[in-house]
Amino acid sequence: MFASFMMNAWEAATIVAIVAGVVGFFTVLRGAAFAAHALPNGAFAGAAGAFLIGANTIVGLGVFSLAGAGMIAGLGRRARSDVATALTIVLMLALGDLFLSRTSEYAPEIFALLFGEILGVSTSKLWPTIAIAAVCIVAVAVLYRPLMLSSVSPDVAEARGINPRVMDLAFLVVVALVTTMAVPVVGSLLIFSLLIGPAGAARSFTNRPPVAMGLSVVFALVTVWVAIAVSYETNLPIGFFVGAISAFAYTVGRTWTAWSGRRSRRGGDRATLADPADLADQGTAHAGAESG
Amino acid sequence: MLGAASWSPLFEPGFFSSEPVHVALAVGAIAAIVSGIVGVFTVIRGQSFAGHALSDIGTAGGSAAFLVGASTLYGFVAFNVVAAAVMELIGIRKPRGRDLATGIVLGASLGLAALFLYEGTISSSTTGATVNVLFGSIFTLPPGITTVIAVLGAASVALIAVLYRPLLLSSVSYELAAARGVPVRLVGAGYLLALALAVSMSAVTIGAILSTALLIGPAAIALRLAIRTGVAIFLAAAVGVFACWAGTLIAYDSTVWAGGNGWPVSFCIVAVIFVLYFASGVVARLRADRRRTTTGEQPAVTTPVEVG
Repeated sequence: MFASFMMNAWEAATIVAIVAGVVGFFTVLRGAAFAAHALPNGAFAGAAGAFLIGANTIVGLGVFSLAGAGMIAGLGRRARSDVATALTIVLMLALGDLFLSRTSEYAPEIFALLFGEILGVSTSKLWPTIAIAAVCIVAVAVLYRPLMLSSVSPDVAEARGINPRVMDLAFLVVVALVTTMAVPVVGSLLIFSLLIGPAGAARSFTNRPPVAMGLSVVFALVTVWVAIAVSYETNLPIGFFVGAISAFAYTVGRTWTAWSGRRSRRGGDRATLADPADLADQGTAHAGAESG
Repeated sequence: MLGAASWSPLFEPGFFSSEPVHVALAVGAIAAIVSGIVGVFTVIRGQSFAGHALSDIGTAGGSAAFLVGASTLYGFVAFNVVAAAVMELIGIRKPRGRDLATGIVLGASLGLAALFLYEGTISSSTTGATVNVLFGSIFTLPPGITTVIAVLGAASVALIAVLYRPLLLSSVSYELAAARGVPVRLVGAGYLLALALAVSMSAVTIGAILSTALLIGPAAIALRLAIRTGVAIFLAAAVGVFACWAGTLIAYDSTVWAGGNGWPVSFCIVAVIFVLYFASGVVARLRADRRRTTTGEQPAVTTPVEVG
């Protein structure tokens, strides 16, 4: 399991999990699960296009996921964000279909982009992953305060001069970078599960953002490490284990919230987690916090 | 029949006599009508993610059925109905939490699909199944499929028709509907069932891309143009059928100018939907401007909910 050919897989998975845990925290906080699915899934069109013109896969993924982020933000100015995201993913997938129809050689690689080929990560593929991961972490660190404020309380953020559209675009660009970093090594399915599962579970256990972010990273790391180990032992796809563990963690989190909420109610003081679904409303308690 | 000779610059030879084209046009129209009707509520309720997710989630059921040699369609439908029930059971009303729950179900289902497809590719060593489940192909449908999907589509539309009033009320204002004694969760569950049937039907026949495209695109266009929901539903169905047929025609004709290797139908239909979407935005804006200049007032909010 720790043979030399596995070391790249462990390293890639660890890097991806740390970034997914951090960015996933904001994904869950902003309710951006759809975008976290749409960008990694649609970005394969970029890989197909790059293959067609003989460019680098990572460049293709980067260009398309950034364009997708811009399109979700742009269409979102005049439409609801879920409609904007749906239209964007549909266009990206359709373009991918068009690119694939221009060549007959690409089909098997789709499988790899969807479900990942983490056991086949080469050292040369690892370096771009590390570089983009560093950019993502720095971006989140720089954006931390305004992004947090505009996610939790858009009205207060706007009153303080933070443009919610700019924050929306900035966040989507970070998701696009995560996509570019993760899709070549772990596949779009795996990065999607890692972006929402661990973070969704983490916020069931705590109300404090830094703690939730830390927990999210821990859960993401445990998820990928267990998934790789079990996958290695059973010879079944990693994507299955990541999806299953993520769903399990989320279920445990929801159960914990329901249980602790009931207990604290019985204990006399009003439950602070009136609605386990929305951490965002905790801090602000005003109803207009939804929608971006 | 249209005068084929006078239309010949538009329709390449064989378009009206080709059997696969007939099936494609029929299946596409059924999928577009059902998706348009269901999609208007999907857009009003802000459940586009669920609508898209179901087209991917069913892949797990489809690939499981493929593995045991059962019908892909029934595997797809069965799995989607279960997934819709799970989404409803998690029972979150706020869009943010609801999308997260949808995402968790989607992630787990795609994991299962990875498992089943992996087992499937070991036994038959082909990635063709993956690609087919993902993209579908409107030109390779068996003729008998029309009846099956017509029944599924009719069931979905019938469910919407039965639920129409309470569904519309609870979609526009959950609180108001609940206050008036509408069983909002039951209505929501019934709606998700209709959505699951509609999406399964279209995803299996025309692929996941077109399933989402026809569910969200025409409905978003219609809701930009129509004020009343009833009108929007008819408009969405009409726009869907038009986009589907126009896209199929372009794809068919494209074999000529693209040198034998035609453009994919999915791309052509999506392109038509995008042109119409941007056109509808221009029309809606012009209309708002004209209303402002003729009445000299600020534009009133015309739709009950801001959508599209």
